[in-house]
Amino acid sequence: MNVTLQNLTKIYPSRDKKSGKEVVAVHDFTFEIPDGKLIGLLGPSGCGKSTTLNLLSGLQKPTGGRIFFGDEDVTDLPAENRGVGLVFQNYALYPHLTVLQNILFPLQNLKGKDKLSKEQMLEKAYDAARLVQIETLMDRKPSELSGGQQQRVAIARALVKMPRVLLLDEPLSNLDARLRLQTREELKRIQTQTGITTVFVTHDQEEAMSISDLIVVMKDGVVQQIGKPQEVYDDPANLFVAKFLGTPPINVFTGCVRDGQLYIGNAAVLDVPGAADQQVCVGIRPEGFIPDEQGALCCKLSGIEVMGRDISVVSTHDASENRTIRSIISAENKVDVTNPVIRFSLKPSKVFLFNESTHARVAFRAD
Amino acid sequence: MKKQNFKGWLYLLPAIVFLGVFLVYPLIDVLIYSLEEGYNSASQTFFGIGLYNYAYVLQDPYFLQALQNTLILVVITVPLSTGIALLISVGLNAIRPLRNLYQTVYFLPYVTNTLAVGLVFMILFKPTAYTDGFVNLLINWFGGESVDFIDGPYWAKMFVLCFYTVWVVMPFKILILTGALASVNQTYYNAAKVDGTSRLRMFTKITLPMISPSVFYLIITGFIGAFKAYSDAVALFGTDLNAAGMNTIVGYVYDMLYGNSGGYPSYASAAAILLFAIVLTITCINLLVSRKHVHYH
Repeated sequence: MNVTLQNLTKIYPSRDKKSGKEVVAVHDFTFEIPDGKLIGLLGPSGCGKSTTLNLLSGLQKPTGGRIFFGDEDVTDLPAENRGVGLVFQNYALYPHLTVLQNILFPLQNLKGKDKLSKEQMLEKAYDAARLVQIETLMDRKPSELSGGQQQRVAIARALVKMPRVLLLDEPLSNLDARLRLQTREELKRIQTQTGITTVFVTHDQEEAMSISDLIVVMKDGVVQQIGKPQEVYDDPANLFVAKFLGTPPINVFTGCVRDGQLYIGNAAVLDVPGAADQQVCVGIRPEGFIPDEQGALCCKLSGIEVMGRDISVVSTHDASENRTIRSIISAENKVDVTNPVIRFSLKPSKVFLFNESTHARVAFRAD
Repeated sequence: MKKQNFKGWLYLLPAIVFLGVFLVYPLIDVLIYSLEEGYNSASQTFFGIGLYNYAYVLQDPYFLQALQNTLILVVITVPLSTGIALLISVGLNAIRPLRNLYQTVYFLPYVTNTLAVGLVFMILFKPTAYTDGFVNLLINWFGGESVDFIDGPYWAKMFVLCFYTVWVVMPFKILILTGALASVNQTYYNAAKVDGTSRLRMFTKITLPMISPSVFYLIITGFIGAFKAYSDAVALFGTDLNAAGMNTIVGYVYDMLYGNSGGYPSYASAAAILLFAIVLTITCINLLVSRKHVHYH
């Protein structure tokens, strides 16, 4: 089922009657989600990603725009008739029902010609339980389960009625770090196995990058960029996207372009053919630094952190927006920590230029 | 270890003394009175020990009348008041505009003086020289015959008593239930909605189990309260409840002690013990039933 959002807009009326300022939670969101893909809605809190999910589920009504499931316009369809599965951030498992009863719950709602016999319901419930590997826990109450198990039950409950679209709201945020890693692979497996178009919301860029087929980066209700995770990482549309993706985060310098040369401070650090002369913000990915005696970028060395495979070099520079610059280099490089300065040359593909005032990307030919 | 124990008992002492003097001792005393035949409070003498008092009370037509009245009152008012309170609370929870106003209105009887409430019921039901009461006016208006709700037929008086009881206990129940309903997490309803749950099913499968501890609390206290009914009947039918045929068990106990036929502490004690046994049995049954249907989280 491909899902189409057409100029989707959600405006919350102002709470404060005096100022009368409305809150635009989602602004003019147009996007077609291809069938059977896993989509990550990504952004900082308050960016409108959860609202978008609620609009998709039908729990909230859009102020403007349309939503299509396939060819069917579902904009005015209430949540109960949309046939979506929704996994809540706190899972919302009914505490007085057992795992089996929780999973059966959506099936028991079916009426008319969709009504199932008891045996069919049990079969479907156990199928869903097997898919998320909780078939041994069917008689437990939610309070007797761990966080990860509860989350699986919630997914099984959302999947059991074979929803047209599966929606997950911050599905991993209540799990500890190790379980999160494991569960996100699990999520990907379940999604691939069922082939259900899935949209999930997260503020964790690593999570979104690791399992999504496509990510949608949002900020203040406006979509910033849509694309495959690697493409968005390698080719950010603006400074916000560049800053939001990647750990450690991108290093930002103030600089300027003059005669096809990029200057940081007084040093010409990179050839940027095709970029017009202007003041720019320079984003350099941590892996874009090459330690080089002859390198043009000269930073004050603060220290290094050895992480086995890589070395993380911490340094400072006057033109840097961040307090420290963090660069990741291979452990094979030798860094002389007694030296007060370190010089880098830059990988052109890891350097992004943004207009200083609009923060829009400034392209140059990297050759 | 020993010192610790001593300290523990010391801390418990005030409560134990209080409960012992005002609760345990009287209970045992009542039990003893109820077993002493022909006890005379003036001379502090009795003839013998046995179950004679119970036999007398259980054959006394006044007691049987009181028992019947009390049971009818319990069976009608407890489910009715809890049910109506539940309906009103769900309604209050569902509306947005004027919710606070309605909540206040429904809670008013709770803070209203009993005498004022009695006055209102007089206006509603009591015939005077000038009018047959407001309810009779309505009945007449629809073409019915006036009914004497205060001195008339048994069912009319019982209706007024039940009506009064339900009305008096309602505010407290609504208060508890609206509180319980408001504390149910909205996400459960959202989850149920997305799964296409009908409203009725949401109520029976989510709302009721979620507020079941509060409902159970109201049912238990409702049963106990209704079994102990007395003052409501007095407010409506005066102090001579036996003559009105509207006596309750507690009323019977009181009459045996202080009423016109008073001066029989043994009979009063036996009746009180019988009431205690009934309430204890009902409460135990309630607890047994609740194990299956009440969900504590």
